[in-house]
Amino acid sequence: MKNKLKKIEGNQFLLMITILLFVVMYVIGLIVFKDKNFGRLQVFLNLFISNAGLIVIAVSMTMVLLTGGIDISVGSVVAMTCMLLAWMMENKGMGAIPALIIVLLIGVVFGLVQGFLISYLKIQPFIVTLAGMFFARGMTSMISTEMISIKNEMFLSWAQAKIYLPFGGYVNKKGTMIYPYVYPSVIMALAVLIIVFIVLKYTKFGRSVYAVGGNEQSALLMGLNVKRTKLKVYVIDGFLAAFGGFLFCLNTCSGFVEQAKGFEMEAIAGAVIGGTLLTGGVGNVIGSLFGVLIKGTIETFINFQGTLSSWWTKITIAALLAFFIILQSVLASAKEKRK
Amino acid sequence: MNKLKKITSYRLFLPLVCLAFVLLLNVIKTPSFFRISVNNGVLYGYIIDVINRASELVILAVGMTLVVAASGGTDISVGAVSALSGAVCCYVLAGGEQSANEYHAPYILGVLAAVAVGLICGAWNGFLVAKMKIQPMVATLILFTAGRGIAQLITDGQMIYVRVDHFKQLGAFIEGIPLPTPVFVAIIVVLLTLLLLKKTALGLYIETVGINAKAARLVGLNSVMIQFLTYTFCGLCSGIAGLIITSRVYSIDANNAGLNMELDAILAVALGGNSLGGGKFSLIGSVIGAYTIQALTTTLYAMSVPADQIPVYKAIVVVIIVSLQSPELMRMWKNFKNRIGVGKKVA
Repeated sequence: MKNKLKKIEGNQFLLMITILLFVVMYVIGLIVFKDKNFGRLQVFLNLFISNAGLIVIAVSMTMVLLTGGIDISVGSVVAMTCMLLAWMMENKGMGAIPALIIVLLIGVVFGLVQGFLISYLKIQPFIVTLAGMFFARGMTSMISTEMISIKNEMFLSWAQAKIYLPFGGYVNKKGTMIYPYVYPSVIMALAVLIIVFIVLKYTKFGRSVYAVGGNEQSALLMGLNVKRTKLKVYVIDGFLAAFGGFLFCLNTCSGFVEQAKGFEMEAIAGAVIGGTLLTGGVGNVIGSLFGVLIKGTIETFINFQGTLSSWWTKITIAALLAFFIILQSVLASAKEKRK
Repeated sequence: MNKLKKITSYRLFLPLVCLAFVLLLNVIKTPSFFRISVNNGVLYGYIIDVINRASELVILAVGMTLVVAASGGTDISVGAVSALSGAVCCYVLAGGEQSANEYHAPYILGVLAAVAVGLICGAWNGFLVAKMKIQPMVATLILFTAGRGIAQLITDGQMIYVRVDHFKQLGAFIEGIPLPTPVFVAIIVVLLTLLLLKKTALGLYIETVGINAKAARLVGLNSVMIQFLTYTFCGLCSGIAGLIITSRVYSIDANNAGLNMELDAILAVALGGNSLGGGKFSLIGSVIGAYTIQALTTTLYAMSVPADQIPVYKAIVVVIIVSLQSPELMRMWKNFKNRIGVGKKVA
């Protein structure tokens, strides 16, 4: 037993703790809010529904963190994407599909510029994406300072198409069976998660991402094209930021300037709770998913409780962050000592 | 030619050029920018406004410079800590009420409370970074998230007003002095820090630890202690900045006080020509960087750009400035020039 425990290396151990914590929190929720239907499958699915955009953002953030970089522009890019979608469809009368293609292209270009500055001009990622954050948020308000609601039929049909699960239903007061449902955004978010997971784990590109983040110098000596790998990561990140923005927009169906503020920090917090190190080279997108779900669970708790103020979310997440960060550091120093 | 090279290789050359560039823009666009008028024995004008408004940023940039130099990381919690210490100060002075027309506690107590909160927050960050060896950004992410939450907890999510003339003095004017008070606070903080760094070996120690913490440890420096102290000092700076922020509007809004200040402070450090990777640093560079940012903001206001759109121009200018300072671009440019030169020779 002891040997087996030792075999589970520090990083997997962290991932397991994250998953365990999520399960424990959920079980506590089941016990505390038993009479409020916390146990319904729909409550669980709502975690995914309300965080679909954030899952995609956290996944792409994880990838950037793996290279040892950071991207704090994502929240603003999400806001810009939502606003652009709303503006193009409502004020310019464009169809939903061309509008979507345009915002995704803008995301790619955004990532390309940031990636070029970071990998080829070697400017610190923090500064570059900080400028990106200012730029995207400012552009959002340039497009419109008013809130724009989306009424495009096609877009709304995407947003509101309920996909019912064939199980886990319950009988309501009228005696009809109600099955739990998800929106298409959830399926798209999970698809992104799975694709990125496979790419990172099984492709040459994915391995070079880990190599570059682990030690740039050795990656270079190994013959990897460090600059191009980084550029690719930031381009994918830009694309996913725009795509996450699209999913976020499916949830809110509107665009306004203050949208998705602080999203970047939520994504980083999710990744860190999920066991990703900011120094690069260590991390896993599955962990980030659970990081986001933990944040969602805390919010659900506060919703169900009803009397707690919203700032408790911030304080609890910070406490969890502190817990995980200190745990990581203790594990790391234990590893050092063993050497 | 040699003289020119000497000037351009001077460390503060680029930051100063950036500041000059921003100011030059004004000469062309708004000639009234440099006009200073006297009203009621108090100086007014865009320039005064720049110097006044930049004060908090200068103070934060001073703390941030040391943190960056010693640990090679950034403290992203300074804005939230400012809000928190401002909230505590207002809470103490208003005696827990939402709006107070007189002090419920001595003024000095409020100031001390704010400074103490800053110090405690800084010490917490310092403990995590120096002792627990956590990456600075992650360590300070905790207070970044929690800071405003705790501040809201203290203010109960409401704004707290302290409507006492004496309280406003720190953020505005003291009777009989023509310059705004924050300017003096900023100057004092900068001077004291400079004195501390230059007259003792502390500045050198910080650079040594920043360049290589392990080597510093081996030559007998207590690198853990030095990093811890820089973070605590940064917390102190945040506390002072928080005091000025609250005094300016004689109230605290936990959600918006000092919002995005951490980003501007980091930007100021980078614009000052400092590497965010730690090591050698120039405090004056950061101060110049802070004034550049504020000058840019005020310039845009003077050109009547809406507040929401200012970030776009700020971003563009920042990218241009950092790209120009990037040694990589210089190399690319040299390669390019060489290639053209070779082409000419062949022809």
